[in-house]
Amino acid sequence: MGARLRARLAPYWLVLPAWLWLVIFFVVPTLIMLSVSTMTGNLLDGFKQTFHWSTYSDGWDAYHVQFVRSIVYGLVATVLCLVIAYPVAYWIAFRGGRHKSTLLFLLLLPFFVSFVIRTQSWNFILSDNGIVLSPLKHWHVLGKDYHVLQTPMAVVGGLVYNFLPFTVLPIYVALERVDPALLEASSDLYANKATAFTKVVLPLSMPGVFAAVLLTFVPVASDYVNATILGGPKTTMIGNIIQTEYFTNSDYPTAAALSFILMAALLIGVFAYARVLGTEDVLEMAAA
Amino acid sequence: MNNPLDALPPDLVRGMTMPRLSRRRALQVGGLSVLGLSLAACGIPGAPGSKLGLHAAREEITKFWTEHAKNTGQLNFENWPLYIDVGKGSDHPSLDLFTKETGIKVKYGEDIQDDDSYFGKIQPVLAAGQSIGWDIIVITNGIYLDKLVNLDYLIPLDQNAMPNFYANASPLVLDPSFDRGNVYTMAWQSGMTGIAYNPKYVDREITSWADLQDPAFKGKIGMFADIEDTPNSALCAIGVNPETSTEADWRKAADWLKKQRPLVRKYYQQDYVGPLSKGDLWISLAWSGDIFQANASGSNLKFVIPKEGAPLWTDNMCIPVHAQHPRDAMTYMDFVYQPKIATMLAEYINYVTPVPATQPLILADAKAATSKDDKEALTELADSPLIFPSQADYSKLHRYRVLDSAEEKIWDGLFEPIYES
Repeated sequence: MGARLRARLAPYWLVLPAWLWLVIFFVVPTLIMLSVSTMTGNLLDGFKQTFHWSTYSDGWDAYHVQFVRSIVYGLVATVLCLVIAYPVAYWIAFRGGRHKSTLLFLLLLPFFVSFVIRTQSWNFILSDNGIVLSPLKHWHVLGKDYHVLQTPMAVVGGLVYNFLPFTVLPIYVALERVDPALLEASSDLYANKATAFTKVVLPLSMPGVFAAVLLTFVPVASDYVNATILGGPKTTMIGNIIQTEYFTNSDYPTAAALSFILMAALLIGVFAYARVLGTEDVLEMAAA
Repeated sequence: MNNPLDALPPDLVRGMTMPRLSRRRALQVGGLSVLGLSLAACGIPGAPGSKLGLHAAREEITKFWTEHAKNTGQLNFENWPLYIDVGKGSDHPSLDLFTKETGIKVKYGEDIQDDDSYFGKIQPVLAAGQSIGWDIIVITNGIYLDKLVNLDYLIPLDQNAMPNFYANASPLVLDPSFDRGNVYTMAWQSGMTGIAYNPKYVDREITSWADLQDPAFKGKIGMFADIEDTPNSALCAIGVNPETSTEADWRKAADWLKKQRPLVRKYYQQDYVGPLSKGDLWISLAWSGDIFQANASGSNLKFVIPKEGAPLWTDNMCIPVHAQHPRDAMTYMDFVYQPKIATMLAEYINYVTPVPATQPLILADAKAATSKDDKEALTELADSPLIFPSQADYSKLHRYRVLDSAEEKIWDGLFEPIYES
């Protein structure tokens, strides 16, 4: 057992905590949930492993509407977030000057308030006879029965509002690293501003956009708080179903199976997305 | 009467805290969750089956209460929001009086939002053999109270320490169908599930469940995301007594709710009163006391018991297993059955009080009241059929359907999808 062997093993020892973390907090719980998903039983008699795989097909049959709805809401919210976030990130990165950190702080400021409270406050703002809708109804811009709360618009709006910073920050980080000298170089090479943006800045910021899409879409698609607080009977997302199955109905197998279907759908989506954008971007994103 | 347990079938008396068993079970479950993989392999254990006979069970209960013969001076009481008297500031005069008379300090919580989610919250803790930190919890009769009983999660009460209860409790809550012999529970308050509406937007008299299906109220109708009130109300709506309803009736009730669904704004948990006062809702399924309370603080809402009949429920104080101060809990539960204390509660809570002797006391308070508003409010309270229902009212009120586990599966399968998805 020489010093050389020890030196060769050193990296493995150093990576051990990370592996342990991953195994204890991800692999083991995932395996347990996988096992629970094929059990049958109830709270009184206990749950027994029976390899009852049809829980998956039953779950899909009963709740595919909510699955599709969650994915659609996730996509719409992510696109809206990108459209709003990119200009904001661009402006802070290139025009923020010495106020950059203040501006970033302002962006994060709402995060210091519990997001349940922030979402709940939209209930007051958007109330049928509240401060926004009641003047519009008074001036006959909107019909008397028009309402925003408990519609898909309210839920998607809440999702965009709550997850926007997750979109802005990665894009900002990518744009921040674009050397302004590159813009000067492109104008030296007769590129106008639009061309400089589409040919230089946008491609360089793509890893940030990629990360932003992941960080926004994945949690948005599995969110249930916005649908609970702002939604109605026609806006239930799959997160609500899983939450109810687990905590209210104590139907652990169904909850676990639905979680796995969601996880599989998200992973497939993300990998497909990574393939389309090219693996290089994924690696670069990881490096970022 | 001295020991009501004598007259009971053994399965009712089965549940109790058994220190030896619960410790073993704690080790079992605890060990399994640490070794997650072995849990995965063997399944999640269910409730322990007690092998003790009725006699031994009774002895265990007596032994338990002999071991906990003295108050500890602390009581942790978990209740629903806005469900106790409030004095000046935010103190609770009845709790203060309790502390003054007994020396027991009270930690009062208001975190129970509804039975199902609260059950989901405490179930894993109790299953792991740990204390949930509360000595009294308040649970509505129905599926979740039955589950707590069947899972042995409640401590049977000390029947010798309930003199006020047996002297003053109303027939409604004495020996109730959901807890024969009051083995596990003493009622906190009861109430009706009916229809509330905002007369500012609804310009006609509401009398029937059918009004909750009126297309004129499209998008302004509220219902409950609740496995008891919503289905049982629908059963009343189709003219069936929920208590004796059959599976065929349930299907009809589910159809009634499905037909109504496109008109419903939202299936609410607890938060329907705000939207109703603001005008986001015009008409909603509602609990009697909520509307009384909202009106006391300035709203102008109306509550009706529809002519077809309505569900009647009772919220019950019970002691969860592993409670740290069970004797203090017993002391408090019996304490509130003194007419004087029950009056303090009834005057504020505005639900059906479990102590009928409060009616003359409320009238006496009304006479003694100095301000005209107080006098009117208290007189109205004492005369209200929502607080003191008459015999005729009771004939229209029905208990929830009691379900066995096979029936519960059908029931859940029919009604849950209506409000959950």
